[in-house]
Amino acid sequence: MVIERIEAKLPGAILDRHAFRGDATITVSGPRFLEVVDFIFAEGFQLLLDVTAVDQGPAAGSGGACGETPEYRFEVVYHLLNLVNQERLRIKVPVADGASQPSLTGRFKSADWAEREVYDLFGIPFEGHPNLTRLLMWEDFPGHPLRKDFPLDGGDVFCSQDIGASFDPEARSLNA
Amino acid sequence: MEPTPGSTSMIVNMGPSHPVTHGTLHIVLELEGEIIVKATPNIGYLHRGVEKLGEYLTYQQFIPLTDRLNYCSSLMNNVGYTVAVEKLLDIQDPPRSQVLRVLCSELARIGDHLVCIGINAVDIGAFTAFLYLFRERETIYDLFEMMAGQRLHSSFTRIGGLFRDIPPEFEPLCEQFLDSCPRTVDEMERLLTHNPIWADRTKGVGAITAENAVSWGYTGPCLRAAGVPQDLRKGQPYLGYESYEFDIPVGTTGDVYDRYLVRTEEIRQSLRIVRQCLDRLRQIGPGPVIIEDYKIALPPKEKVYTRMESLIHHFKLIMHGIEMPAGEVYSATEAANGELGFYLVSRGGKAPYRIHVRPPCFPIFSSFDEQVRGRIIADAVAVLGGMNIIAGELDR
Repeated sequence: MVIERIEAKLPGAILDRHAFRGDATITVSGPRFLEVVDFIFAEGFQLLLDVTAVDQGPAAGSGGACGETPEYRFEVVYHLLNLVNQERLRIKVPVADGASQPSLTGRFKSADWAEREVYDLFGIPFEGHPNLTRLLMWEDFPGHPLRKDFPLDGGDVFCSQDIGASFDPEARSLNA
Repeated sequence: MEPTPGSTSMIVNMGPSHPVTHGTLHIVLELEGEIIVKATPNIGYLHRGVEKLGEYLTYQQFIPLTDRLNYCSSLMNNVGYTVAVEKLLDIQDPPRSQVLRVLCSELARIGDHLVCIGINAVDIGAFTAFLYLFRERETIYDLFEMMAGQRLHSSFTRIGGLFRDIPPEFEPLCEQFLDSCPRTVDEMERLLTHNPIWADRTKGVGAITAENAVSWGYTGPCLRAAGVPQDLRKGQPYLGYESYEFDIPVGTTGDVYDRYLVRTEEIRQSLRIVRQCLDRLRQIGPGPVIIEDYKIALPPKEKVYTRMESLIHHFKLIMHGIEMPAGEVYSATEAANGELGFYLVSRGGKAPYRIHVRPPCFPIFSSFDEQVRGRIIADAVAVLGGMNIIAGELDR
């Protein structure tokens, strides 16, 4: 397993690990993320399949109301594949609201659009990205749709205003 | 979009509504004469916010949305999604359902490749092959209609199996298709493979090295055309693919011509799998196509109407959804275009906390600029067809 080798080579880089349903997952601290990526790239994980993020909710990171508030608002999630032995690895990096995440565009060409999409839909900036612009939404679109505090109907169903549209914090939620 | 200052280049918009984009996508081409200096794809015209919607729908309700990802092979998306949810639940569908899922996936793959090759040819100017191929696709859609009651948006699978078995008239038509499709593929090959015009327009166009293709995140036929024998059906088998006999065709240069050859051979290999599926279905005989766990799958209608217990299950499942374990899974299947991945994050409850789709053509299309830079506009058309960009899954 590559996780043991990371732990041996870069002690302390892995904050947490689990293997739910056989998916090897590690949580890596932000400052040591690039080191870990360089190491596993050399180990054969050369296909970056996907970059995405998970929003833990607006309360996360600010002390929040609920008891189990995670320390960071976002988790940036990377899925990598080793083509030689078909091993998969998921790397999660906690990112606070407003903080940025180092870009992988220097290492993987596929990171270019994937990071732009995360920037577009979550508003997480990627440091060192050559062209960090919106990808799916238009340039002056207000807000970041996949954030949990962004309403399902877009807040401005009839697109009558540009910014500051009606905002319903009580938006229907099945998760609440 | 402004041309580079001081240059004599010209800006040409390809799309958002252009015959070769087949869907709605927009490419801004910066031209020096007829040579492309820079191509800037501008996507998002078909963005429906599928991932956001998924957070407000139950796991079962998301299935119709998967139809609309790659609408040329919607059955395969249904299968990919339900396999992901089943991984989260840690359940397996009955053997008959597994064979039927393989059967419909391979039919969808054939349909997708037929469309891709046909459209690629028609964009370049070879209209005849397109007509031959679409006749076969028509039969595939007839088969889908028998299976799912729908030709395009099938929604055939359910969590834990399929919503119904195939009707008796399916098999004769499928046998007929297995007989006629290879002949059509041969006819198409006679029209294209040794056709000097087709070769001129596709050989060397969009060529890519294996290393570069991996770096761009290529999967599927485009990666295999570049010489990497990566196929999840062999590498990380699901639905019992390890028990079927088929080969993985691999190209060498990764150009549009190789992609065409790989897809053509994949059609033949998929036909082999379909043949094995039909034999297996006969062997297995009639049986359940969905698991009999009424906490996950709806009980049959007769029971709902006659038994109290089943009625309660039905009500609970519709109103409260499936009891999901908390956790996260990434499940990938080999779709026609490459690796179709679903990343599900569950915190319990009836809707996923986060659902993410990894569409195969998204990373492939991101390399478009590099693929066409320094070439002429006509090559951009050939490359676009060879990539098989489906705006539905590109934009989600």
